[in-house]
Amino acid sequence: MSTTINFLPLIGVAVVAAGFVCRFNPMLVVSIAAIATGVAAKMSFYEILAQVGSDFIKARNLPLITLLALPVIGLLERHGLREYVQGVIGRVRTATAGRFLIVYLFVRQISSAIGLVSLGGQAQMVRPLIAPMAEGVAQSRYGKLGDQQLYRLRAFAASTDNIGLFYGEDIFVAFGAVLFMQNFLHTAGLSVDPTRIALAGLPTAICVFAIHSFRLYRLDAYLDRELTAVSIPNVSATAHKEIRS
Amino acid sequence: MIASVEYLYWLAGGLLFVSSLVIGRDRAHPRRLFAAAFWMDLGLLFIAGDKMPPAAVGAQVLALSVIAAGGGLRKSKPRRLPSSVREASALRIGSKLLIPALAIPVCTLGGTIALGKMKIGGVFLIDPANTNLVSFGIGCIIALGLACWMTRDTVLQSVRQSRELTDAIGWTLVLPQMLAMLAAMFQHTGVGSSAAYLASHYIATDVRWIAVAFYCVGMAVFSMILGGGAAAFPLMAGGIGVPVLVGIYHGSAAEIAALGMLSGYAGVLMTPMAAHFNLIPAALLELPDKYGVIRAQAPTAICILAVNVVLLYFLM
Repeated sequence: MSTTINFLPLIGVAVVAAGFVCRFNPMLVVSIAAIATGVAAKMSFYEILAQVGSDFIKARNLPLITLLALPVIGLLERHGLREYVQGVIGRVRTATAGRFLIVYLFVRQISSAIGLVSLGGQAQMVRPLIAPMAEGVAQSRYGKLGDQQLYRLRAFAASTDNIGLFYGEDIFVAFGAVLFMQNFLHTAGLSVDPTRIALAGLPTAICVFAIHSFRLYRLDAYLDRELTAVSIPNVSATAHKEIRS
Repeated sequence: MIASVEYLYWLAGGLLFVSSLVIGRDRAHPRRLFAAAFWMDLGLLFIAGDKMPPAAVGAQVLALSVIAAGGGLRKSKPRRLPSSVREASALRIGSKLLIPALAIPVCTLGGTIALGKMKIGGVFLIDPANTNLVSFGIGCIIALGLACWMTRDTVLQSVRQSRELTDAIGWTLVLPQMLAMLAAMFQHTGVGSSAAYLASHYIATDVRWIAVAFYCVGMAVFSMILGGGAAAFPLMAGGIGVPVLVGIYHGSAAEIAALGMLSGYAGVLMTPMAAHFNLIPAALLELPDKYGVIRAQAPTAICILAVNVVLLYFLM
């Protein structure tokens, strides 16, 4: 091996890892890591600033997807969107928070797999609709939720959106990453049909649905355990069930 | 093209600019001058960042992170109408509240499908390279119109609500952009390739299952470091996937590529480097623990990784 590789820039990775573990402000950690990496790669300070600046501008599209939805979401929430969806979903008697999120996981995976990735998203779907609905279902079952349960439920709502998206879109043939992989393999001298790459993701996608659904099912058990002993509305709910059975 | 993504940057910049004016006039805000300066400068970078010299932008980026780290954006709790008022309004407006909320995804979808290749007088109607993003932007504008109409409220009020939300999200909003910058810096200085070189020279890839496990776990780890599967893929596929798994063990390239990328996604679910998937939602949902979403995802992600190793071992 005659190619010399400079290992010093790896220092940036160490800075990021240490910074996140010590819970310093992530923005500062990232800035320092970028400077450290640049210095280790023997760039001048001016070059580092220019590199940081031009890459920052290139990534302007990333905050758009959160930012532009906020006025709509804010206005609708002011006028009771959360209260409305919670009221509606609370009327579905057989629903549990876990089952509701399993249905969302299924819909998100299937719709992403046929290319409809924009049907979900954290700012435009999870915050205004999915999280409030999951909360609404749980509230109609157990009454008021404790903070701990509420946060866990919301985190699961966000995770379900991410997991459904990641392990759905990869089965879509025209998805960027599939074409990206095909391109990469092509330059490496291997010609592969993109349809085959897309279909190769199918077994994983099915396993992912099973794994995350099981965890959502356990989420119901967790809510039951934490909230049954204390909440009075739940006593009437179980009584209801006993009468029916 | 007629509708370029550039207009959306102006729109976002304008929104931040007005928000910063509202914050500057808000005497109840804990750090109003620092916060106003932060959002105003960010707005400026959105509107005119591409016309400034890159080094000047870089200096501003560092200044923004110093403001953020110095506590200049102390999160203030969003002020809300009392819940009785909101419940009454939910009863009054009812299902019409859903129309604007659903208009965003529907317009994004419709725009991407219908307007993507449409031309008027030989000019693309919307930016062909950013169809999805431009459609999303148009969807947000239409949805805002609908929302004002359904709720009989004003655009100004919506900007006020939006600034309450940006205030609550704080610097997390800029973090995805910062991390993309860092990932580009890593790529620029060859961090990934030197790490892959180190790793592939100290692992016994002459045992089939170790090579497979190393490839999948490596994809996950590099995706965690670089904040995305696409950045990690060339490193691992180029270092192990093609030369070892295809070259020595004659595995099928399609399975190796797909399962490698899906292992990378498992890493993405566990890293704060992928802020727009993991940290932004925690801020949007007002979780006190900013790693709360990662905590919820990690067990699923680890199981997915294990499943992928097994699947790849038998399927390739």
